[in-house]
Amino acid sequence: MLSIKDLKASVEGKQILNGLNLEVKPGEVHAIMGPNGSGKSTLASVLAGREEYEVEGGAVNFLGKDLLDMSPEDRARAGMFLAFQYPVEIPGVSNANFLKTAVNEVRKSRSLAPYDSKEFLKIMKEKMALVEMDKAMTQRSVNEGFSGGEKKRNEIFQMAMLEPTLAILDETDSGLDIDALRIVSNGVNALRDGNRSFIVITHYQRLLDYIVPDFVHVLYKGRIVKSGTKDLALELEEKGYDWIKEEVAVGA
Amino acid sequence: MSEDLKILDEVTNSEYKYGFVSNIESDNAPKGLDESTVRFISAKKNEPEWLLEWRLKSFRHWLTLDEPTWANVHYPKIDFQDIIYYSAPKKKPSLNSLDELDPEIKATFDKLGISLIEQQRLAGVAVDAVIDSVSVKTTFRETLGELGIIFCSFSEAVHDHPDLIKKYLGSVVPHTDNYYAALNSAVFSDGSFCYIPKGVRCPMELSTYFRINSAGTGQFERTLIIAEEGSFVSYLEGCTAPMRDENQLHAAIVEIISHTDATVKYSTVQNWYPGDKNGKGGIYNFVTKRGICMGDRAKISWTQVETGSAITWKYPSVILKGDYSVGEFYSVAVTNNMQQADTGTKMIHLGKKTKSIIISKGISCGKSQNSYRGLVRIGKKAEHARNFSQCDSLLIGDKCGAHTFPYIEVGNKTAKVEHEATTSKVGEDQIFYCNQRGISTEDAVNLIVNGYCKEVFNQLPMEFAVEAQKLLAISLEGSVG
Repeated sequence: MLSIKDLKASVEGKQILNGLNLEVKPGEVHAIMGPNGSGKSTLASVLAGREEYEVEGGAVNFLGKDLLDMSPEDRARAGMFLAFQYPVEIPGVSNANFLKTAVNEVRKSRSLAPYDSKEFLKIMKEKMALVEMDKAMTQRSVNEGFSGGEKKRNEIFQMAMLEPTLAILDETDSGLDIDALRIVSNGVNALRDGNRSFIVITHYQRLLDYIVPDFVHVLYKGRIVKSGTKDLALELEEKGYDWIKEEVAVGA
Repeated sequence: MSEDLKILDEVTNSEYKYGFVSNIESDNAPKGLDESTVRFISAKKNEPEWLLEWRLKSFRHWLTLDEPTWANVHYPKIDFQDIIYYSAPKKKPSLNSLDELDPEIKATFDKLGISLIEQQRLAGVAVDAVIDSVSVKTTFRETLGELGIIFCSFSEAVHDHPDLIKKYLGSVVPHTDNYYAALNSAVFSDGSFCYIPKGVRCPMELSTYFRINSAGTGQFERTLIIAEEGSFVSYLEGCTAPMRDENQLHAAIVEIISHTDATVKYSTVQNWYPGDKNGKGGIYNFVTKRGICMGDRAKISWTQVETGSAITWKYPSVILKGDYSVGEFYSVAVTNNMQQADTGTKMIHLGKKTKSIIISKGISCGKSQNSYRGLVRIGKKAEHARNFSQCDSLLIGDKCGAHTFPYIEVGNKTAKVEHEATTSKVGEDQIFYCNQRGISTEDAVNLIVNGYCKEVFNQLPMEFAVEAQKLLAISLEGSVG
């Protein structure tokens, strides 16, 4: 469903991704790890279509379409979801109103009738339970005054509402205490249905105890330099990244 | 230029949607202004001698004044001799029902989406429709009459309720108040009059739609609202104007008198033609709006949504004379393209324990300039007076400007005055976040701006709030996607 070939991208004139390759099939969970500055968040931003990131080369195919040719909103409507590392605040816009607008936009693009308020509330109630979210949070302004944990939970809640085909979690675990981590992971696991795919970007193996990946990739200097199963994550936890850096140096 | 900015830039290309001219034969005064113009207007309206004298007194005073230049707005000098000061639909109607309404006028309202019938039937809103200068139709007057409420055109009030007019005309905004107030007092054409008797709660929103129509016609509305002891009224004023090439001058006056324990809520949505994207044409809007809380615990609340006019110069104010009286000002001012707005409020605290709140939200896009100008004055005797002001500015794009000019004068040590101000930009991060959830950039900006204005929109009556949101969307159109 997602095929990345030799992707090169830069930001502010600095090349970050240097020929990245990745294949994601329906239902798979891919974890992407790597030292700071290796290009993890850049990958998420490029896939979501953030404008400051310049694609220098390569190709990305998403569900049979040229992803790089699509606007950010069209990517979202096609089923791509990014759980932000730093979700932004939108003062004065209630979470519920924001989501209703988003969900109905996505439905419109698929020629589905918009949800009326009653239907929408019903669905919202179901999904709120997934992330143990308080009803009051839907009436608060989007992310405004939310704690770090609440913001991340809100991202997963939005994901549940939008029912994407591919979800990219950009360091969703950062800044979460152990309870919040559990809640967020449970939310993600509940959405694993054998068809929906995930790219989970993280620094820590800890998250992968909760969200068990099918594949683990190590990103270093803008390329995937090693891939394996969840055991690779454990090995990284134990040994750090130096041995990988050395391998790359030797290979070069 | 980033994509968002480019898109924002396109807002500039959004053209005014309410620009059309309806062909109603006008009965115009000759161009220009001298004493004979004032006499012409007064005669046209069959006015009593005392009112003519008052107009002439105002005119003579106006001659001694200079055009004010302190506002942060720039425009070519107005030629006051190049303006028609009176224009009225020729078939002066005296209607028993809406069916008798001039079909042209009716069509005009239909284009604006203001069907009087619809409003009567569905919303229960009494509408006093003004095309150019003469009131065409006043509805619901009978229902209101049973409660002793008077809601009619200013001209009618002059004839039917001369004592009230004599007592209150110019009592809040004297004819000497400022340049445009003096001009209005000399040549005012028509407007609305509203009187709520003691202890009466007006059961419906009173609504007036103003509309400038004849080419080159200045419009000088005059509104007078009197709320007697313990009464309540919510008054709505909404405006749209047809597109014009030459600038049209508008200098209105609104006076509100709120007696002991009375409350007046005055809401405006103003959407006059702002000129094209190069700043050609558009309405010059120089308005004096002021209310006085005469008695104890009186309250006056101004809510305004300003999206139109080439130039806006407007400071709805409250004189808090009675003890414990309350003044409120909630404002959203949007400027786009080449528009300039200098708007704000004055809260004059005279009585003890008087309270005022100011919430001002300025939104600038295109190459527009948006200024907030506000005065909070605490008089010597205003023990324990309190004010809270919040002035926020939102910038869309990088060619516009936002300015804040707060003036605070405190004459009593027990007073408490708070002022907060913020300036923010519609962030690319916010827009991208919305995009990533499937929301287009245009809808995203609307969503963000609406959220930003929420505190003010919450003050508007329901249907008006919906209209305000639509207007906002039109004003921001093209600014995005």
